[in-house]
Amino acid sequence: MTTDMLFWLFAALVCGGALGVVVTQNVVRMAFWLILSLGSVSALFFLLHADFLGAAQLLIYVGGTVVLLVFGVMLTASGPYMQIKTSAADGLLGACVGGLLLLVLVSTISAMDWSQLHPAGAESIAFTERPEGNTIRPLGLAFLGLRPDRPGDGFSVKPAPGYLLPFEIVSVHLLVVLVGAAYLARAKRRTHASDDSLSA
Amino acid sequence: MNGLFAATSLSEFLSGLTLPFAGKLSPLWVLLTAALIHAVILINIFAILPLFYIWLERKVAGRIQDRLGPTRVGGKFGWLQTLADGIKLIQKEDLAPGAADRWIFRIAPYLAVIASFAAFIVLPFADGWVAVSLDVGVFIILALMSLEVLGIIFAGYSSGSKWALFGAMREAAQMVSYEIPMALCALVPLVTAGTLNFGEIGRMQAGLASNWLIFHDPFTFIAFFAYFTVATASVKRAPFDLAEAESELVAGFHTEYSGLRWSFFFMAEYASMFAVSGIAVLLFLGGWYTGVDAEAGLTSFRGWMPNFMVPGFTLGNYVVNLFGAKVFVLKACVLVFVQIWVRWTLPRLRIDQVMTTCLKYLVPISCVLFLGAILWPLLLASTLKRTTILEQAPPLGRVIVGDAARARPALPVVASSPQREAAE
Repeated sequence: MTTDMLFWLFAALVCGGALGVVVTQNVVRMAFWLILSLGSVSALFFLLHADFLGAAQLLIYVGGTVVLLVFGVMLTASGPYMQIKTSAADGLLGACVGGLLLLVLVSTISAMDWSQLHPAGAESIAFTERPEGNTIRPLGLAFLGLRPDRPGDGFSVKPAPGYLLPFEIVSVHLLVVLVGAAYLARAKRRTHASDDSLSA
Repeated sequence: MNGLFAATSLSEFLSGLTLPFAGKLSPLWVLLTAALIHAVILINIFAILPLFYIWLERKVAGRIQDRLGPTRVGGKFGWLQTLADGIKLIQKEDLAPGAADRWIFRIAPYLAVIASFAAFIVLPFADGWVAVSLDVGVFIILALMSLEVLGIIFAGYSSGSKWALFGAMREAAQMVSYEIPMALCALVPLVTAGTLNFGEIGRMQAGLASNWLIFHDPFTFIAFFAYFTVATASVKRAPFDLAEAESELVAGFHTEYSGLRWSFFFMAEYASMFAVSGIAVLLFLGGWYTGVDAEAGLTSFRGWMPNFMVPGFTLGNYVVNLFGAKVFVLKACVLVFVQIWVRWTLPRLRIDQVMTTCLKYLVPISCVLFLGAILWPLLLASTLKRTTILEQAPPLGRVIVGDAARARPALPVVASSPQREAAE
């Protein structure tokens, strides 16, 4: 019952925060609403005992909001309190796209037969298996290809290929992108500087 | 979860407790009461620590500058100076400047305080004395502590003052760059420990000080100093306190604040100092263990007065844990003292020097330390045929085998905490 109450509280905060982002015109207040919404999403993850996911949500999304905020203010501000005004046409377009996405999500969720996940008599498997929600070791083992959570696919079986290699490939790609972006931004500034020194 | 009384968790203690009039508590009330007790204890720790540290800061600053510091309020040593300041701050008018974005201006101090307080939820004070024991403890505490900067940036931006905005922008730049070496330095002992659970990391360092992770290999030894430097920067203490830099920016991000809202920032700052020091103690300096194996002498005492009030609760165990909590707080206070000492000894860096220190020195150093910590067991395994210099069970192997043993009969599971299983 407590879990249900907390779920409704945080779900309301997620939706309220998201609405706040859309309705507000001040960039910094938008960031605040975004923090509220994303932080509540991580609270929902904690309620579902997905503590690693919740912590990652806090670190990457809520923490990342700061960076977004700083760049939003630094790169776009012309006056003291930046306002973003959307025209009526943009608002209509956004509402259409958002409404369509909502339609897809609602139809998918309602088409799913959820009773298969919660067979009568048995609680959800995730809850009974790990009542403390300590998910980080299963996650780490799954990275290495060991799935102790799957019945009949435990330690005695030969390990399946894990997620480690794809993860590494993706992270090296991201690193290359970062280095490339830094290089491009730097090179541009350097040519400007040399132009200035030539003309001077 | 809720393991406050070590021998038994607080919720179990409450559900076993028979009250004189009400009888047994219902599970909902047990949960609410346990949560309330944890929250009250933590809020008190959170509020009293800054009270002490601000007094200590003044006293240490005074001594370093050849003064006496506070001497009048509360006797010869000025014990009650901070309390008197607090009463003065409550009485002050709650002002917001005309140019400020009032709504965010008023909310910002609470954001800083909440983020700083949230770190205490997963910080253990002794074996099992933690409000929420999670397997991702270290990860989540780093995530929570990185959120304090949100309050600072909001405060600086919404003040409607250039000084405050400069302070906030510096803080943002500093925080975004210092997060990287901080996480990397924290990873070095974690590679050795093979777990992210603070409780397990603490128990791993029981016994003599040679078991402390700082003395495990040369990389963890250097990583401690690197971590402490980065942690000092991450709680914006001098020489990295560019966000408030009094000589350049009036008072930086909190220029426009006064009264209680101003004091919230300081509460958050001093509490965070304790939190980062506590993390350092847990990850490197043996947690709640004395390092001279005093706990071995207390082992027989642990069984004293078993089943006190409720079955499963042992008073002796509780007292031993109280001793451990005192050791932990004392160690953390020593580190906080070092932070205060550094602040009043070293001059403040320039903002470009701060960024250079981080990006050109601390990031490469922490990367090298991380690589070294990974290669060290391989080097030892190829030369000494074991993964540690001293005779110890290799932690990672123990963890995986322990997890396998736990996961095998897991499907019809009894709700038992893995923490206590490990203790058995």
